[in-house]
Amino acid sequence: MLTNARSQLRILARDPILLALVGVIFAAILVFVVYPLAMVFITSFQDRGQWTLDHYGLLAERRLYKNALANSLSVGAMVGFLGVVIGYIAAFVLTRLDVPFKKLLHLITILPIISPPFVSAVSILFLFGFNGLITKQMLGLQDFSIYGFHGVVWSQVFTFAPIAYLSLRGVLASISPTLEDAALNIGATRWQTFWKVTFPLTLPGIASAFLIVFIESLADFGNPLVLAGAAFPMLAPQAYLEITGSFNLPRGAMLAVILIIPSITAFAIQRYWLAKRQYVTVTGKPTASTSKIVSDPVKWLLYAFVLLFALIVVMFYAVIIVGAFTQVWGFDYTPTLAHFAYVFNVGFKTVIDTLIIAIITTPISGILGMLIAYLVVRKTFPGKSAMEFGSILSYAVPGTVVGIGYILAFNDYPIVLTGTLTILVLCFVFRYVPVGIQSGIAVLRQIDPSIEEAAQNLGASSLTTFRKVTLPLIAPAFFSGLVYAFVRAMTAISAAIFLVSANWNLMTVQILNQVGSGRLGVAAAYSILVILIVLVAIGVINAFVNRMTRHTNMVRF
Amino acid sequence: MAEAVVIRGLNKQFSSPDSPDRTVHAVRDVNLTVEPGQLVTLLGPSGCGKTTLLRMIAGFEEPTSGDIMFGDRRMNDVAPNRRDAAMVFQSYAIFPHLSVYENVVFGLRLKSLPAADLKAKADRILEITGLTAMQNRSPNQLSGGQQQRVALARAIVMEPKVLLFDEPLSNLDAKLRETMRVEIRELQQRLGITALYVTHDQIEAMSISDRIVVMNGGVVEQVGAPWEVYARPATRFVADFIGKANFVPGKVVDGGVEIAGQKFSLAHPTDQPNGSDVELVLRPEAVALSADSGVFAATVKRAMFLGNVAEYLLEVDGIGEWLVDVSNPGEVGLHERGSRIFVSPSQASLHVLP
Ligand SMILES: Nc1ncnc2c1ncn2[C@@H]1O[C@H](COP(=O)(O)OP(=O)(O)O)[C@@H](O)[C@H]1O
Ligand SMILES: [Mg+2]
Repeated sequence: MLTNARSQLRILARDPILLALVGVIFAAILVFVVYPLAMVFITSFQDRGQWTLDHYGLLAERRLYKNALANSLSVGAMVGFLGVVIGYIAAFVLTRLDVPFKKLLHLITILPIISPPFVSAVSILFLFGFNGLITKQMLGLQDFSIYGFHGVVWSQVFTFAPIAYLSLRGVLASISPTLEDAALNIGATRWQTFWKVTFPLTLPGIASAFLIVFIESLADFGNPLVLAGAAFPMLAPQAYLEITGSFNLPRGAMLAVILIIPSITAFAIQRYWLAKRQYVTVTGKPTASTSKIVSDPVKWLLYAFVLLFALIVVMFYAVIIVGAFTQVWGFDYTPTLAHFAYVFNVGFKTVIDTLIIAIITTPISGILGMLIAYLVVRKTFPGKSAMEFGSILSYAVPGTVVGIGYILAFNDYPIVLTGTLTILVLCFVFRYVPVGIQSGIAVLRQIDPSIEEAAQNLGASSLTTFRKVTLPLIAPAFFSGLVYAFVRAMTAISAAIFLVSANWNLMTVQILNQVGSGRLGVAAAYSILVILIVLVAIGVINAFVNRMTRHTNMVRF
Repeated sequence: MAEAVVIRGLNKQFSSPDSPDRTVHAVRDVNLTVEPGQLVTLLGPSGCGKTTLLRMIAGFEEPTSGDIMFGDRRMNDVAPNRRDAAMVFQSYAIFPHLSVYENVVFGLRLKSLPAADLKAKADRILEITGLTAMQNRSPNQLSGGQQQRVALARAIVMEPKVLLFDEPLSNLDAKLRETMRVEIRELQQRLGITALYVTHDQIEAMSISDRIVVMNGGVVEQVGAPWEVYARPATRFVADFIGKANFVPGKVVDGGVEIAGQKFSLAHPTDQPNGSDVELVLRPEAVALSADSGVFAATVKRAMFLGNVAEYLLEVDGIGEWLVDVSNPGEVGLHERGSRIFVSPSQASLHVLP
């Protein structure tokens, strides 16, 4: 194996640019992914320079921490379950049944994915809060409280069910309908066909979607902070409060480590165990055809369910829009532009800051993602799987942990970055690059490697090959990498909240502050602005990627 | 411009994809010299290491040991993009996002030639390969044969030291394959480029090569001119792989051979000692067949009419089964199954396996 590594290094040495690139990426992953995480672990085991287990002891002693752990896990499990149920039904209806408005319903269902983290939380407050439209105005309830378990669960379900939906959509679409037909043909009832054929085939996909939602729920920061309330502590906000409220870094780090354990476990199961058990019964294009395993009444019942979900999504956005133009929700419903005026006067610098950060982050993240995907799929070098693992690791690590890691790692000698634009950009780049990497890897694996070898054979260096051949061919993955990076840079909060400063602030943090001080109208106005910017940006990126590929005579093949 | 390609003691071991500690010895101790301007084919069954050998020459695989030289220059540590050995891939590997013209000038652009030179070279090669009319098309609007020509033009326009072909015709239908191989051979000779050509098709190999390298299981079994590997195969494998062969047991007697009690003299004397048992190769077309007289008597076990030849399977008394081809069978008619006939091997074609 050692001789193997040496010969791999020798090949690499022939291409100095490639060698340098691999070196730089390794160094960057070490410094900006591994090192901050290591700092979190180290800090959680230290007290004034001494090694200790005391902080972990508090977990057994303190009700607050015990509850935070239990609450986070139970919310995660509940949201995972509900998210999968909704996602499965929506995916089944929208991929396998012949129903009207599929495309539109699909778009509405995935809309929450590009929204800032507080849309559903703020909507829920508008509707069910102390001055909620439904709870107070319509039902006249005086002592109803939305805060706690149910508030967080409902809000997260609407934020994360779309993720389960997307993931299950792929699973359901890839199962050949002929299998169901075959079961029906040999005399199985519809019910038997579903439970004996369709369901078992999708089971790994269901488990995978559950774990993805579970990870997202655990890592979620915005919804718990707004809707958990003081009586219902949860891990991510608690870790944040330890650090910003009590300046207790080791305890925050300890909670972060506790948070990371279930996340990484779920991620490992999802990625290394379940991923190998996914059944794909067709190769090539998914052959979506209408399923015959539901009778008409059941079909329309399921459809009604999907419609209901879409309606609630639409309602949440409608409420946000109305709320942004309403004087004081719950008391004074006269229309006003005051909230937008506030955003554009007082908060305009934040808007600009956020845009600058997102615009810097997006191309770096997009290109880095494609580069790493290219290196991982096409090149051999020692430590290749370590590079792949290191670069997607940050996907599994909750943002709160990353944020704590960054302030621990970059507050002091040798690298001081706190309060700068750089730290925000680096944090976003390394947090959001995995999605680009994963889609890049998937697309690259489908492209005949001899096309790139041909370019090299004709005299192109590795970098030229990447630029002139690989990149145009993986444009679709490049596009999704760019969009994801931009959307996340605009909507991130959990890690960023530790890293913002007076000089560089983010709109999401502003939204949180406004919610905290009860100005829901301003929060809604900010949210609408974020959504608009994201939509415009997707259009711009789309046009850019199209031009990049048309520029070189892109041919659809 | 043309350079010799010299390969010395070349080995390639892959770690097996299934278990990392086992290795696949894909190329074993290969020594080979391709003279400047020659076209040499690597011929052998699928999996015998042809592609691996070619990819090592192109620089896509690192040899486990051994040297690759272009002329006097050792190429082992030269990156693939600096080897000046243009390759035509089995899958063509045409850039799907570029037009025919852009595909062809891809390598020239990287050399930053003056625009006029670039255009002139491209026009000339498009002309030669008959692609001028379709230079603005995208590759997916081309037929297989046209795509093949794009791949060819893209490689040749580089005027490389060495041209490498990896089964360039295997995706084409039989007719097109024949015309394309003539075109490739003419181009290669006209431009005088040293070429290595991989194929598993013996007819293709024999029709275009200066010399053929027959490989089996990563090992070179024989190197020689087409007639040499056919008429004087060095091993049983070569005799069997190239064309059809009857293997006849015999004994060396006074510089000749004795087969089933009959003595034959040899056109090419064997160096096996007197009295030793040997195996002879007898090609089906090197046997005369007659109803009345001949050296050995035989029974027809199967007769097949193939148009230009009749192929017989005979049971030769005291020897065993032989395949025998008779040309122009339309004139003579077919001997029926079970009939008794006579066969006479042509002395000049008898070849003793070393
Ligand atoms: N990258 C590789 N890893 C492991 N084994 C390989 C690899 N490439 C080729 N081989 C093995 O090497 C042998 C020769 O393959 P190849 O050169 O492609 O044969 P040919 O081109 O003559 O059909 C085969 O047994 C093949 O399985
Ligand atoms: Mg091959």
